[in-house]
Amino acid sequence: MALDDRRQSLTESRLSTMVVPDVGCTGKARDDALARLRSMGLPQGRDEYWKFTKPDTLVQPDAPKAALFEDGEPPVFGEVDRLKVVFVDGVFAPELSDDLSLEGVQIDRLEDVCCTDDHWAEDLYGVLETRGQTPVARPLAALNTAYAGDGVTIRVTGKPSKPICLTYVHKADDSDVFLHHVIRVESGAEATILETGPAAARFNKCMEIDITDNGTLHHIRAQGRDHERRAVTHMFARLGADSVFKSFTLTANGVLTRNECVIELTGDNGIAHVAGACVGDGDFHHDDTVFITHDAVNCESRQVFKKVLRNGATGVFQGKILVQPGAQKTDGYQISQSLLLDGDSEFLAKPELEIYADDVACSHGSTSGAIDEEAMFYLRARGVPHAIATDLLTLAFLAEAVEEIENEDLRDDINTRLEAWLERRRG
Amino acid sequence: MLEIKGLNVDLEEEEKTILKGVDLSVEAGKVHAIMGPNGSGKSTLSYVLSGREGYEVTGGSATLDGEDLLEMEPEERAAAGLFLAFQYPVEIPGVGNMTFMRTALNAQRKARDEEELSAADFLKMVREKAKTLKIDNDMLKRPVNVGFSGGEKKRNEILQMAVLEPKMCILDETDSGLDVDAMKLVADGVNALRDQGRGFLVITHYQRLLDHIKPDVVHIMADGRIVKTGGPELALEVENNGYADILAEVA
Repeated sequence: MALDDRRQSLTESRLSTMVVPDVGCTGKARDDALARLRSMGLPQGRDEYWKFTKPDTLVQPDAPKAALFEDGEPPVFGEVDRLKVVFVDGVFAPELSDDLSLEGVQIDRLEDVCCTDDHWAEDLYGVLETRGQTPVARPLAALNTAYAGDGVTIRVTGKPSKPICLTYVHKADDSDVFLHHVIRVESGAEATILETGPAAARFNKCMEIDITDNGTLHHIRAQGRDHERRAVTHMFARLGADSVFKSFTLTANGVLTRNECVIELTGDNGIAHVAGACVGDGDFHHDDTVFITHDAVNCESRQVFKKVLRNGATGVFQGKILVQPGAQKTDGYQISQSLLLDGDSEFLAKPELEIYADDVACSHGSTSGAIDEEAMFYLRARGVPHAIATDLLTLAFLAEAVEEIENEDLRDDINTRLEAWLERRRG
Repeated sequence: MLEIKGLNVDLEEEEKTILKGVDLSVEAGKVHAIMGPNGSGKSTLSYVLSGREGYEVTGGSATLDGEDLLEMEPEERAAAGLFLAFQYPVEIPGVGNMTFMRTALNAQRKARDEEELSAADFLKMVREKAKTLKIDNDMLKRPVNVGFSGGEKKRNEILQMAVLEPKMCILDETDSGLDVDAMKLVADGVNALRDQGRGFLVITHYQRLLDHIKPDVVHIMADGRIVKTGGPELALEVENNGYADILAEVA
């Protein structure tokens, strides 16, 4: 179908300022992505999937500036023994990164994916993104596949002794960054991937994750605290039989964040959990858009999203569970909740279930509420001042999402961080 | 220690007067009991003293060691030494019992310009106190009151009292929902805290709690007033004859 004039001119004006980079052996995938993008066009506010989140600033040619946030805090995951892979404004920084060799995992830069040596990622770059374009178009992911200048490919073949930590440093106040990572977890392998940092004034990140039979991947991310930063991120995950994918995201600050997560359970007995905790204050818009497809028997999926909002902050949740014909014994769970700390803040939720199998258990729920006054009085009657009680109840509200992090050290790191942020805000 | 004079209280939501001139004075080192029929205003008195919202004080005063309680926020009253053991302790999912107590204790100490207790010292102190109340580590680790039985919730209230060491303790129907063994355990916990510097106000329907926590003074409350005050024998009179005789006598 041809695009309407407005969408076409929007799309072409964006593309006219950009150059497709010549990185590794991804040329064909980039050409295909461009064609895909041109056929769907960039998103507009009237699109069904962009009704709650204005795409304008993610789509316009120049990135709106974002001041750097100097918090003077130790970096997230700083206390965790990890392999650091650092990007500064979207460019891999070897001098800040650790040696990329680690037993059980092969890490390369995207530019090392050369045709000559038959690199494994060659057949994966853009593939899961393409699969994720139906039934819902995700044009900003296609834009990423076409234009991403850097990124890493991670192939997990064993059980690496420590997490791989992708660290995104934001340096220039007008940086406009595309990163694209490709991850494959081989049969029986298991790894943890961490992500931290604001990355850029405007950040477009795409992660393709292929977990083969019996593979396990843990993913924990802390999005940077720069108030004015914007980010649109996509995760496309495909899970084989008996595989496990567990992802958690912490977001505090950021004028605009759209995190899309597309998961396909293609083999029996797969498990996919995706969770998010977000704390928004003031000029803050946070959107979790999740689409999980059950296409095999006896798989489990779980979505747990919690948002604490105040001073006019906005939270959005669009979450879908699609159970394909034959995907019997599906166990699907979805919960999205907001804690509104005042009357100015807003939570918009669109939970969806679409089920074509008859022997499944799927549940979903969405709530918006204020602080529990009974609990507040109980805390205050014990001497806990109102502001501290609010923070305690905030942490308690977020706990169900944070508890999705299996590793105790990483969970503690996230909790400690949250506590410190809330305490700082209290002053 | 606790001085209540002519306290008048309305419900905020509806035009209803609950307390109609309560006069009560609890001295340090003494245990006062308030008994009275349902709806007499006993629990309202405890809520108004601790600063719960929804009540309007239309007259009278309440002071703790000379400080005006009614002017203070609930947390300030707690820091000043007032403690209410709730009739229905609140469940707070997601907040660990230990975190809750340590936050409360340190907030109170900070408010009083005292040094905060370290995590290690706190842990040691709580474990000792929990032991005498037969509260195990699991209960300490769980979220506040979540999944606790009725008896466990009340024991947890007494543990908080022991940890916070208030000057003035109000027990609001702490015996409700307790079997005999649990009541004994709770009463032992309270008795262990009795000392020269501490006052108690025990609100109850029944004499049986007062068998275990022996009061110095017993008040009978009816229709928003203290209508009769006496010694422990007054509680026995209620137990034997009900409230009707006493109310008829003062009417």
